Amino acid sequence: MSQPAVSPVNQKRSNIASEPASTPKIAVRNLNFYYGNQQVLFDNNLDIMPYSVTAIIGPSGCGKSTHIRVYNRIFELYPEQRAEGEVLLDGVNILSRQTDVIELRRRIGMIFQKPTPFPMSIFENVAYGLRLHYRLRSGEIAARVEDALKAVGLWDEVKDRLDAPAVSLSGGQQQRLCIARALAVEPEILLMDEPTSAIDPAGTARIEALVTSLKNSITIVIVTHNMQQAARISDYTAFFYEGRIVEFGPTTRVFTNPVEKATEDYITGRFG
Amino acid sequence: MFCKKQKNMTQDTLFKLATGTAAFLIPLIMGGILGALVFNALPAIRAFGLKFLITNEWNPATGKFGAAASLFGTVLSSLIAMLMAVPASLFIAAFLSEFAPRWLKKPVRYGIETLAAIPSIIYGMWGLFVVAPFMSQHVQPFLTRYFGFIPLFKGPPMGIGMLNAGFILALMVLPFITSAMYEVFVMTPRETREAAYGAGATAWEVLSRVTLPQSLPGVVGALFLGFGRAIGETMAVTFVIGNTHQISSSLFSAGTTIASTLANEFTEASEGIYLGALFELGIILLFVNLIVIVIGQQWLKKLKQRGF
Amino acid sequence: MRIRNTRARRTINNLIKLISLVSAVAGIAVLFWILADVFVKGAGAINWQFFTEPPPPPGAGTGGLGNAIIGTLLMIIFATLTSVPAGVFAGVYLVEVNPHSKLSEWIRFLTNTMMGIPSIVTGLFVYAVLVKPMGTFSGYAGGVALALIMFPVITRTTEDVLKLVPDSVRESALALGAKRWKATFSVVFRTASSGLITGSLLAVARVSGETAPLLFTALNSPYWPESLAQPTANLTVTIFNFAMSPYPEWQKLAWGASLLITTGVLLVILLVRTALSRGGNK
Repeated sequence: MSQPAVSPVNQKRSNIASEPASTPKIAVRNLNFYYGNQQVLFDNNLDIMPYSVTAIIGPSGCGKSTHIRVYNRIFELYPEQRAEGEVLLDGVNILSRQTDVIELRRRIGMIFQKPTPFPMSIFENVAYGLRLHYRLRSGEIAARVEDALKAVGLWDEVKDRLDAPAVSLSGGQQQRLCIARALAVEPEILLMDEPTSAIDPAGTARIEALVTSLKNSITIVIVTHNMQQAARISDYTAFFYEGRIVEFGPTTRVFTNPVEKATEDYITGRFG
Repeated sequence: MFCKKQKNMTQDTLFKLATGTAAFLIPLIMGGILGALVFNALPAIRAFGLKFLITNEWNPATGKFGAAASLFGTVLSSLIAMLMAVPASLFIAAFLSEFAPRWLKKPVRYGIETLAAIPSIIYGMWGLFVVAPFMSQHVQPFLTRYFGFIPLFKGPPMGIGMLNAGFILALMVLPFITSAMYEVFVMTPRETREAAYGAGATAWEVLSRVTLPQSLPGVVGALFLGFGRAIGETMAVTFVIGNTHQISSSLFSAGTTIASTLANEFTEASEGIYLGALFELGIILLFVNLIVIVIGQQWLKKLKQRGF
Repeated sequence: MRIRNTRARRTINNLIKLISLVSAVAGIAVLFWILADVFVKGAGAINWQFFTEPPPPPGAGTGGLGNAIIGTLLMIIFATLTSVPAGVFAGVYLVEVNPHSKLSEWIRFLTNTMMGIPSIVTGLFVYAVLVKPMGTFSGYAGGVALALIMFPVITRTTEDVLKLVPDSVRESALALGAKRWKATFSVVFRTASSGLITGSLLAVARVSGETAPLLFTALNSPYWPESLAQPTANLTVTIFNFAMSPYPEWQKLAWGASLLITTGVLLVILLVRTALSRGGNK
């Protein structure tokens, strides 16, 4: 279990992939994924280290989003989608039938490409997850909502209009609201699926700063198509190509000294 | 060449004229309906004035007429129908949008839609010959035994009456409300649903706290349209309501609605004042119905314009 | 923080799931209950006589509803022949001729409103403008009442299907030098034809079960229809009269007529649905 993933694609990289020292928070083992009869992920093996930021990069359509959508089993909303293999969260396979999906999703929060404010007030949006999962008095809820909004740096901007509909916020604010909503339930892991692709540069900068500040308390997996972003904020980088994990390792190493030709081509902008 | 051009001009002018005339028929007919009803109701309008609306007397022998009982029955039977149909529709729409396995969605949708296709007279027959005996033997005795202390459930179990009419109307509006609700439910953006499930909500929690609040305006519009339909329904009600001009506190007792009064009595009405009173009933029905439907339509249209 | 018991939340979810399943099953069950009653009670009345003879006198002998079948068919044909052209033309006006004016907006609103008018009120109107001046109930009046119900439905359907025709189709026909009316009738209609036909069929199915607008327009008659200028026998009013009568033979005929109408309506809908789903697969 303590041995990190070894990419079966290329044996010579096993020494590189084993660089992370501690026990992985999430260990993906031989994950295959299908849309109906079409296979889109092939033998994915990956270790997500605790209290780190792991970036998942690769050309569009390579299966990045699909991969992280397995971690919280959100793909199950669509009956034609199917995952095979193992995803071990603290050593327990979350794809097994015994997994409590509700509990799983409390422990693993998710942020989507587009901000997804619910049709309710700013306050109620953040309280939503809290009310779902915890038994709290209203004072406690208010305190936790405030904490979460402060954590994402939104508190000062919205404290005077907590009852305003969430859709009245700007795109960047909405996305931070969604992060606050996810953080409020105190997840162990935060999955971010291209969280800044619909956000303006200023908003993006704030979210990136937020991600960096969060990693002391939480494990983050972020899918991004923005190379610079991956380089700026992540500790580890996994490069996906046509459904396979072609390269995985510390970000500095992957960006400065890629082992695979495909990775190098992608990073240097020759395709993608 | 010149001649030909002339000919083409007239062809297109003729085309515009013909289609324009057809389109203009619609306001013409609507105006005509209003005018014809008012004109024929004049004797009654002159004789009874506004008191017509609140008078609970309907006596062809003495020539005294009031709409109160019919109006009461129309509103009450439609309300009963909505009370029964709305929760059922909500649950069926919830089933279709969140709970049903995929292979079951289409059959259930088609089945519910087929309920809307059955002619109202069939509902009436069925209500009279099948539901009424069932109600008088099972449902009404049960209600009287356990809820008899409420005036609503007192009285002889005759089978026909307000409760039966409300039930049949509920069946008839159910498919309309269900499909309208289903349509607004599935309009909830995919991302929002995913985010709610992603936060660890159960299907019911997604539905009750995200989908329903988001679709509430659309659902309200659907309710208006369903209510309008129930108000104007004629034949099914005429079979099962008992057609008695009375206002009773019991749901078991017979009553009448505007539409069923018209269906029952119109061909028997001979004198001008009787006929006038019936036409006036028609005007009331038309107005109540139009108000409800126009509110519903405008409401839904506004929502659409706001990009809902 | 005290975590809420996921089992309790799951239980509530399952409970709601169960209720929703039961509601759906109940809805479908009622459908089959109604259909079963109509088929079981109606099947006994269907025989050769049912189609070939007029009804028996009250309480005596046997007979059929041949006259009512013919009368209903005649009135539906009359209504279709008048309302479909008018409705299609009105729809064309709203989409092809004058789509954006205030007038069209107003007519659109009235069309939707007209669709919501209770059919018994339509009956009252036709009584006032046709039956009363002519001094007699007549099949024509019945046909007009049905046509008035179909008219806005056809208009709306035409509008909806024509709006689906892409502007490029229109423009390419006009660019070839076609006149507006020719472009509409030759190209646009051909593109929208299946939608128009299914829409019209559904409207016909809907009015074939209508009773209220015929009550005081066509009335009813125990005789074979000789002309639509007289009160005309029809299935739905016959069902109403016979079902409410004390004579078993008449009640039996009413169930037979119910079976006939229900079958007809359901067949049309089935036809439309298969046509639509086949069109969707293309």
